Amino acid sequence: MARMRFLCDVERCIDCAGCAVACKEGHNVPVGINRRRVISINEGEPGEKSISVACMHCSDAPCIAVCPVDALYQRDDGIVNVNKDTCIGCGYCFFACPFGAPQFPKGNSFGARGVMDKCTFCAGGPDEDFSDREMKLYGQNRIAEGKVPLCAGMCSTKALLAGDGDKVANIYRERVFKRGSGANAWGWSRAYDKK
Amino acid sequence: MPSKKLLKKEDFSRSSTKTINYNFDRRTFLKFSTATAALAGLSTMPSVVKKSRAANAKSPYPKSEIIRTVCTHCAVACGVYAEVQNGVWVRQEIAQDHPISRGGHCCKGASAIDMVKSEKRLKHPLKKVNGKWQKISWKQVLDEVSEKLMKFREENGPDSVMWIGSAKVSNEMAYLQRKLAAFWGTNNIDHQARICHSTTVAGVANTWGYGAMTNSMNDIRNSKCIFMIGSNAAEAHPISMQHILYAKEVNNAPVIVVDPRFTKTAAKATDFVQIRSGTDTAYVMGLINVILENGWEDKDFIRRRVSGFEQLKKEAKNYPPEVVSEVTGVPAEDITRVAKILAQNRPGTIVWCMGGTQHSIGSSMTRAYCILQLVLGNMGVAGGGTNIFRGHDNVQGATDMCVLSHSLPAYYGLSDGAWKHWSRVWDVDYEWIKSRFHNEEYMGKPGFTLSRWYEGAIQDDEITQYTSLKAVVFWGCSSNSQSQYHKLKRALDKLDMVVIIDPFPTMTAVASDKDNVYLLPSTSQYETTGSVTSSQRGIQWRYKVVDPVYDAKDDYTILSELVDRFGFADKFYKNIKTVPEDVTRELNKGSLTIGYNGQTPERIKKHTDNWHTFDVITLEAKGGPCDGEYYGLPWPCWTEEHPGTPILYDMSKPVKKGGLPFRARFGTEYTYPDGKKENQLAAPGTTMPGSEAEGGYPEFSGVVEGTNWKTDLSQKTIKYALDKGMAPFGNARARCYVWDFLDPIPVHREPLHSPSPEMIKKYPTYDDQPDHYRVFTKYKSEQKLDWYKEFPLILTTGRMVEYMGGGAETRSNKYLAELQPDMYAEVNVETANNYGLRDGDMIWIESPNGGKIKVQTKISARVDKDTIFLPFHFGGFFMGDSWSGKYPEGTEPYVLGEAANVVTNYGYDIVTQMQETKTGLCKMSKA
Repeated sequence: MARMRFLCDVERCIDCAGCAVACKEGHNVPVGINRRRVISINEGEPGEKSISVACMHCSDAPCIAVCPVDALYQRDDGIVNVNKDTCIGCGYCFFACPFGAPQFPKGNSFGARGVMDKCTFCAGGPDEDFSDREMKLYGQNRIAEGKVPLCAGMCSTKALLAGDGDKVANIYRERVFKRGSGANAWGWSRAYDKK
Repeated sequence: MPSKKLLKKEDFSRSSTKTINYNFDRRTFLKFSTATAALAGLSTMPSVVKKSRAANAKSPYPKSEIIRTVCTHCAVACGVYAEVQNGVWVRQEIAQDHPISRGGHCCKGASAIDMVKSEKRLKHPLKKVNGKWQKISWKQVLDEVSEKLMKFREENGPDSVMWIGSAKVSNEMAYLQRKLAAFWGTNNIDHQARICHSTTVAGVANTWGYGAMTNSMNDIRNSKCIFMIGSNAAEAHPISMQHILYAKEVNNAPVIVVDPRFTKTAAKATDFVQIRSGTDTAYVMGLINVILENGWEDKDFIRRRVSGFEQLKKEAKNYPPEVVSEVTGVPAEDITRVAKILAQNRPGTIVWCMGGTQHSIGSSMTRAYCILQLVLGNMGVAGGGTNIFRGHDNVQGATDMCVLSHSLPAYYGLSDGAWKHWSRVWDVDYEWIKSRFHNEEYMGKPGFTLSRWYEGAIQDDEITQYTSLKAVVFWGCSSNSQSQYHKLKRALDKLDMVVIIDPFPTMTAVASDKDNVYLLPSTSQYETTGSVTSSQRGIQWRYKVVDPVYDAKDDYTILSELVDRFGFADKFYKNIKTVPEDVTRELNKGSLTIGYNGQTPERIKKHTDNWHTFDVITLEAKGGPCDGEYYGLPWPCWTEEHPGTPILYDMSKPVKKGGLPFRARFGTEYTYPDGKKENQLAAPGTTMPGSEAEGGYPEFSGVVEGTNWKTDLSQKTIKYALDKGMAPFGNARARCYVWDFLDPIPVHREPLHSPSPEMIKKYPTYDDQPDHYRVFTKYKSEQKLDWYKEFPLILTTGRMVEYMGGGAETRSNKYLAELQPDMYAEVNVETANNYGLRDGDMIWIESPNGGKIKVQTKISARVDKDTIFLPFHFGGFFMGDSWSGKYPEGTEPYVLGEAANVVTNYGYDIVTQMQETKTGLCKMSKA
């Protein structure tokens, strides 16, 4: 069974926020909720890098482990989702998550006050596929359509990859190989003092 | 790890907060879910596993269709798949198979749908009455606006109206905008290209014939070296980075970024060169100096296809590394090092944008870049070229249609011959067109530009026009992108009428204090149809996604309503019945100079319909309905069988397959001031495959008596040339020496507001220019030696990925607005500490020309301690005051901010009057 994964290639990420906004637009996420965010470090300095971060859909998800009402669940394709009907908005998953994925809406937007929202891997939620309720609470269910998540599909430089972990790893491996050969191979400039 | 149930079901107290459980309370639901789990016999793991159901997927939008269109933000021209159900655009799909973008979007393109969904759209026509916005009917606004325009025309002459067209309308609409000005009887028409790449077009066209991007973003995948100077592609053309990074990875191509700022693009560079803003020409001449001193130039290419080389060599001697280092601030060894990288890694490409164009010597900078590529032999090859990234989505098309004050469509200019040519195309009497103008002189006189049109109203500098301006029509263009905005505002307060035709009000609507503003809601490009030309000269078709929203009308409709009222509709639409296709056909007919005649509407649509068949590196369709053609039929596309020209000046292919020499535009021979004569045609043996002539030849004329290849409307001349395997425009040398320019070889001159008196003395600017596009334009008299004493900091401006241009559309997009809610100034930490500033402190930035703005400090390592950076997309504030509340109800953008252009300085390119917004001076103080 395929296990869904994200990978953000920091050599390619240019902090264009295409992923973040594709998600917001595609799922009608309210202003103030950030399912996906691009983080840049060392801005303005050599070594500046950007990375796009959302829920990692962990295999052994800490959020699922700590949820007091078992609102979080994992599908057999690895996607971790929250059941907004169950969630009490306590924020314990927010404590536990190493990536800051859980988001909590302010006010009455998007279904409920205080109930946790996060990246769904574009797989909607527990409601019936393509139902109005699913769209309203969780957004599009692209996985049920057999389509890729919007963030990765719309990444401007193909930095962000999403899909079966094996396939994603293969794509990335190939890239790394291409980068590391010839004059870019590690040690080349040390050996030949040339650029 | 098994979870511990922290709370037992019974411990739940009844919650009083409203939840999403419409039908039952939490306790009941929990009971329900646990019971279900037990019944289903699921595992003891507390999580409920839900099977994914891709197998029996159905669609969330039954009976929807996917409409193909193109993003309306920048000229990369990413494909957009708009899913429409029952006339409603329900979502954007991923255009994975688009050859340029492959599904990718930046944040603006990813929310393209917002153009149609935004609540901030202008909803109905409005008129300002007693300082308040009054809703009026379409009939009333069209009647009143046209009546007043006609009155100004009659009482003051046709040149009393300034028409400002758009880089964001279709080719057909841009063409009609230019035609409208011609029929109106004025050359006072201009658009965004003036302040974007006008210096590129002038400099590059004068070097080798055409002023456009020579290769393509896709072709950059073939580059062995990428030199980016004054380009922040990571923010301004994000999808181009897909191709640039591919070359970096797969070809191990060095990516050299030259910029005063460490931008997001510099973050991806292998080499970053920080130059003093405005010193590009010196830097590039320095590189050329090193290349020539070491004999690294491509001698064979120069011998065969370049002229003026001796003159270049002489001038380049004035730019040795030590001298260049003084001017630019770059260490001398680094100049040599970079020159070596360029020489050792070919073919290489050069990319430039506003960082190179927006200067008083922009038309020299762009030529320096071209000469660098000529010297390296990087022209006319895959992976080489001058890859000039254009700005707005259709600025290339609007430029080609010359919505510009100095030319008729397709760069024919304003000569008698040009007017006669277009009169023939329009099928109207030349004498009648002539009669529309104030007199014959004004028919050939270039009009006001977008940079300085407001002088036509306020006349701070003397104007050379028989009347002042009475009205301005902003048709798809913002105003806060023009420099010295505080002067522009005075013009808006002075004019009798300000007409804004736009999907959003723009800052222009609130800038006037007078009751002189009309707002006409036009549609976005998703609510209409037409063709659009990307930066790489390829044309795509935009199909209509949805009907106009609210009470907006598409531009074609608004135009025809106005033209009707102006009284020349029968002549204007003589051969136009179906819009836009008949317009495409008309511009096809007349635009022979740039080979816009082969891209019929049918061919363009076929390409768009089959965009998946085009190869991502070569852009050639292999098989399928477009077999053998290049995506978008990049101009010149000489006939309806021609496949388009993907790489300009590539002589390795036959002309019928997209090959091309340099254009013979400048005569066959030239005698330099030192007496030396030089043949301007290509050397013997410099030939495209299949060419009857071996070596250089002039342009074709006389095939049809009394015409040449540009004016022969039967197109027999073009076909005749192609049948001989020859280019209709000749086979010549690219020239390093542009004898019609004040600086025939590019030289460095200090910006008008320079921080260094010694540099000013060494590299002074030009003499003042009277009657420069109808305005007295200062150079020497503005370049004071001691500006720096009161204004010690270098001011530069630029872009952010989240916003586009003046920001009216993008700051009205809630998701983009969320990402960048505040205007700011980037200040280096050392400077901040010297001024006693903390991150977030409010500061005043003041310009030597009287403007000032109050913005937030953003301490950043991107700028050095002598430079301040301002993004220019904000608007809605003015010199510390907010204009919130002045916008028509429901249209105020989510984000307002000070417009950087209030403090950009006086300064204009010598040839095109491009504004010098990349280099100025300012002073800063804590607010």
